[in-house]
Amino acid sequence: MNTTTRRQFLRSVGRVAGPTAMYGAMAQLGLAHAGTPGKTFALDGGLKGAHRGERVLVLGAGVAGLVSALELQRAGYQVEILEYNQRPGGRSWTLRGGDRYTELGGATQECRFDKGQYLNPGPWRIPYHHHGVLSYCKQLGVPLQPFVQVNHNAYLHSQRAFGGKPQRMREIAADFNGSIDELLAKVVQQHQLDQPLDNDDQARLLDALREMGALDREYRLRAGPQVSERRGYVRDAGGGADGRPQDSQPMGLSDVLRSGLWRQLSNGMNYEFQMPLFQPVGGMDAIPRALARQLPGRIRYGRRVAAIAQDEHGVTVSHQAVGPDGRASGPMQQSKAAWCVCALPLSVLGQLDLGGFSAAVQEAIEAVPYAASVKIGLQFKRRFWEEDEAIYGGISYTDLPIQLIGYPNYDFQARGGVLLGAYSWGPNAFEYSAMAPADRVRHALAQGAKIHPQYPAEFLSGVSVAWHRSPFTLGCFALWDEPTRARHYDTLCTMDRRIVLAGEHASYLPAWQEGAVLSAHNAIEQLHRRALAA
Amino acid sequence: MKLSLPTLALALALAASGAAHAGDDVFSQGFRFQQRDGAALYGAICAGCHMPRGQGAQGAGTYPALAGNPKLVAAGYVGNLVVNGRRAMPAFGGQLDDEQIAAVVTYVRRELGHIEGDPVRAADIAALRR
Repeated sequence: MNTTTRRQFLRSVGRVAGPTAMYGAMAQLGLAHAGTPGKTFALDGGLKGAHRGERVLVLGAGVAGLVSALELQRAGYQVEILEYNQRPGGRSWTLRGGDRYTELGGATQECRFDKGQYLNPGPWRIPYHHHGVLSYCKQLGVPLQPFVQVNHNAYLHSQRAFGGKPQRMREIAADFNGSIDELLAKVVQQHQLDQPLDNDDQARLLDALREMGALDREYRLRAGPQVSERRGYVRDAGGGADGRPQDSQPMGLSDVLRSGLWRQLSNGMNYEFQMPLFQPVGGMDAIPRALARQLPGRIRYGRRVAAIAQDEHGVTVSHQAVGPDGRASGPMQQSKAAWCVCALPLSVLGQLDLGGFSAAVQEAIEAVPYAASVKIGLQFKRRFWEEDEAIYGGISYTDLPIQLIGYPNYDFQARGGVLLGAYSWGPNAFEYSAMAPADRVRHALAQGAKIHPQYPAEFLSGVSVAWHRSPFTLGCFALWDEPTRARHYDTLCTMDRRIVLAGEHASYLPAWQEGAVLSAHNAIEQLHRRALAA
Repeated sequence: MKLSLPTLALALALAASGAAHAGDDVFSQGFRFQQRDGAALYGAICAGCHMPRGQGAQGAGTYPALAGNPKLVAAGYVGNLVVNGRRAMPAFGGQLDDEQIAAVVTYVRRELGHIEGDPVRAADIAALRR
């Protein structure tokens, strides 16, 4: 996945919105002393001088549509949002006890989670550098709490390593790093690095290896207090005469390498997953709900867009009510406006009757496939992962089709809890998607029980969301590859007469809410410039 | 379909007995699909969107029905869709070999399209790769 550095971000704000906006952005980021409270960063000082009352249609009340509508409304435009679902948020969504979800194909699941427990089927974490999302949380009073990305006490698991017994991440990390440092120290001591390093640097390197690898005085990885401080103890330190801790024994480099578990060590090292990350208290949908509260009476729920047409005078969108079976029903209605922000996923937009779009934009809309992904939430009677295994939040990784187990980062030490029992990508996501919901849960339970044998005794209920079965997106996110992006992306992001597209698909942050926010800002800047010039 | 209690009870029983394998027949390892048989490939991949009996689905957008779909007559058209994808439908050419694609296209045409005739051959699929 692509990332945007803060510098790139500021540069892009400056490019799109001019120096005033860039200053506002810097202020919001705490880089400059200015900024009016209550104004949003990318558009601070940006959208001024709107034709008051000019109508803008916003299609889709996901994060991109909501942010677009909110900022346009603040600038004086009259917005109307059409949304397929009966709720705001799109993929920014939370399932709780009492919720019912009918997927494509007609299977209806009733979520039976305990009160307060939830599953975020879509986005579930916010990196600290996703300034757009964080800014709206701050403005709108959405409380955040830490999202534990890296938990050294969570498991790394492979069916083909250590007899299928899950290993604590701290043990694999300590032994992997320690053995490599030990090996490198040997190489230094055998004078094999005399060429690149002088004597002083070799001494410094040996110091570093001893420190980073927890090696002993002879640069060996040996059981002892230093190593146990990294990988943990056979018996933790206690009080009194019997309290002496018992050191653990590191395993050899070959064992670690052959296990393949080292592959999972880098998960938390990437910019997107470096701690701290955040989550909204109570579920991700707190963000879209807070945005929607700023748009009272502006969102029309349960409307399926059928056709979008534009000419030199304006935009006409034809839409129908969504029946209980998720299909369009009832008479076709038309909404007209001077401008349109279309924040529908390309998987849906590419199927609509589009009139007056340029051939290049239409081609771009049809060029991008949508990824498969599946999440499964499992409610358990007891937080055995906390009580029995001292895993408080974070993620265990496995090569089983469930791919990971995510532990709740909230309500620690409560009685029951909901695990993210599967978060599948690739072939396994297709395979899970093709199953009936009850089968998904059954397989996730059987697989997860290989890591947590407490599963069968403690299981209460489960819910799954297979994104290709989602009636409102027909897929998880826009799966750009470089050739497709080179050919179509700029066209897709450029306003076409009176319509501009927004969403994660119109960003370099695929699948992230931040992509939706920054895309929305870019889209409405273009729209506003066009409106002022008209 | 609701989460039925009998199904869950079965899951618990399977898991408790230790007999539950993670559906090794159902799930692939790694980045390529491992099913070989046309019906198994359809059930593992295509059924996710086009549905188990090829009936398609309709929400904010549509998955076309494959059952009785006249476009299935053109084997090359179907093969091309699987190999290269189209619109939001991902390309599967990188996750399936020619034989697998030939098998699933043959299955879709015969079982859902009720089209008589020779099976699609792996060589026909190889020609569609670009």
